Amino acid sequence: MSNGPLEIKAISGHAGPVPGRDTSRDYDVCKLVDVTTCIGCKACEVACLEWNGYPFRETVFDNTYQTMPDLAWNYYNLIRFNEHTASDGTFSWLMRKDQCMHCADPGCLRACPADGAIVQYANGIVDFQQENCIGCQYCVTGCPFNIPKFNPETKKVHKCTLCSDRVGVGLEPACIKACPTGCLHFGSKDDMKDLAGRRAQQLREHTAHTNAGVYDPPGVGGTHVIYVLHDISNPEAYGGLPANPRVPWTVKLWKGPLKWLGNLAMFGGLLGVTLHYLRFGPKQVKEDHAEGKS
Amino acid sequence: MSATISRILRYTLNERILHWVAGLTYVYQLLTGLAFYSPHLFWIAVLLGGGPTSRFWHPWAGLLFTVALFWMLEVWRNDMRITDADRAWAKAMPHYIRNEDEDLPPIDRFNYGQKYFFWVMLWAGIIMLISGLALWFPERIPWNLRYLRYLAILLHVSAALISIGAFIIHVYMGTAMVRGGFTSIIRGEVTPAWAKMHHRLWYNRIMGAAPTRR
Repeated sequence: MSNGPLEIKAISGHAGPVPGRDTSRDYDVCKLVDVTTCIGCKACEVACLEWNGYPFRETVFDNTYQTMPDLAWNYYNLIRFNEHTASDGTFSWLMRKDQCMHCADPGCLRACPADGAIVQYANGIVDFQQENCIGCQYCVTGCPFNIPKFNPETKKVHKCTLCSDRVGVGLEPACIKACPTGCLHFGSKDDMKDLAGRRAQQLREHTAHTNAGVYDPPGVGGTHVIYVLHDISNPEAYGGLPANPRVPWTVKLWKGPLKWLGNLAMFGGLLGVTLHYLRFGPKQVKEDHAEGKS
Repeated sequence: MSATISRILRYTLNERILHWVAGLTYVYQLLTGLAFYSPHLFWIAVLLGGGPTSRFWHPWAGLLFTVALFWMLEVWRNDMRITDADRAWAKAMPHYIRNEDEDLPPIDRFNYGQKYFFWVMLWAGIIMLISGLALWFPERIPWNLRYLRYLAILLHVSAALISIGAFIIHVYMGTAMVRGGFTSIIRGEVTPAWAKMHHRLWYNRIMGAAPTRR
């Protein structure tokens, strides 16, 4: 890895363990969002706008602490806010950083018909290339997380890039850099899973959140954004995080068996009419010369 | 009308224009649709002005196609009704396929296959219009009704494939198989012999002669 982050082996004059020693430097990257330590400050939202060069836009008040009801084509990152009452009556504010999950099996990419409009990098980042986007919005239909957003003016679809332009030069994503509570972490998928697992275990063992767990949905092959949730059995409570996200089966059918069936039918049709012509030929009308000139 | 005329008007100018508005918009839909259907055919979109351009015009051409379809329904509603004569003809269809036209019962202005083609295209067009609106504006469908988006992509491509099957047969029969058919939809006229052979009841009706024999 020529321009990846350098792995530290030893540090001179340093007391205690070397920071980062023995951490995995796998090429696949992952964002870890520990929702249990998110305070909803929205510094990540601001950092995202700043890095991506989008203007601050009007917020929409909907009686919550959420900036606006949904993500937008120029707003990749939104803290979803929910006032939640658990079954035992305990009340809590749930805040979840919502953005593209960078699925290992991306429904957007499966659905996209435009050559090179969606790219999945070996490090796990799923990125939209707007210059190749034709604006069909099939990705909107393919995504199980309701993430891609259409810009009706340019007719291009946008979403979180996982700061591929920063990660590519060894920097962490802008949102990670801005987080003041350390609820956002960035590293290799293995490290983040390990960290998330340990945090969930800590919550289970030392707090009342005995249901704490890691959200890394297998239905989409795992994601490159993972969450630590207080209650892994109820992800829907976190602003509609799907319990078992999958690429819609109609998308799989459409891009898989139906395509082959269609190809077969179309080639079969062309072959059929060709064979018919070779075998039976045209229908000629025997002209009645008394009646017409033809 | 006297028996000395040499040509019979089969399609009025209005009907021909209608046919070609529907036909040309369909071909545009077909080509751009195939480009979005398979990566191996995406080059068609490039030839037709690029992916974004093809995507932009595809739904508009679709609207025009549906307008033409409904206008056709208005014009041909009675002609396209399937009658007992058609059902008798349909039973003898193998003869038609083998070009044994002398063994076929007489029929009116359109045969069973033409009528079915019309109804298949009309219903496929309606399904493609409705599902197409969902594909055009997927974000207008609320997230909790997202199964409608999923249904729409499946319906759109299924209806399109069925219409393509019908279209292949229609074009083959209109150009290569039934000689005189293509001229009739361009210039509007057929010879009396053509009309007698393919549409005896229609011939008798417009020539003012009562059908004396079966």
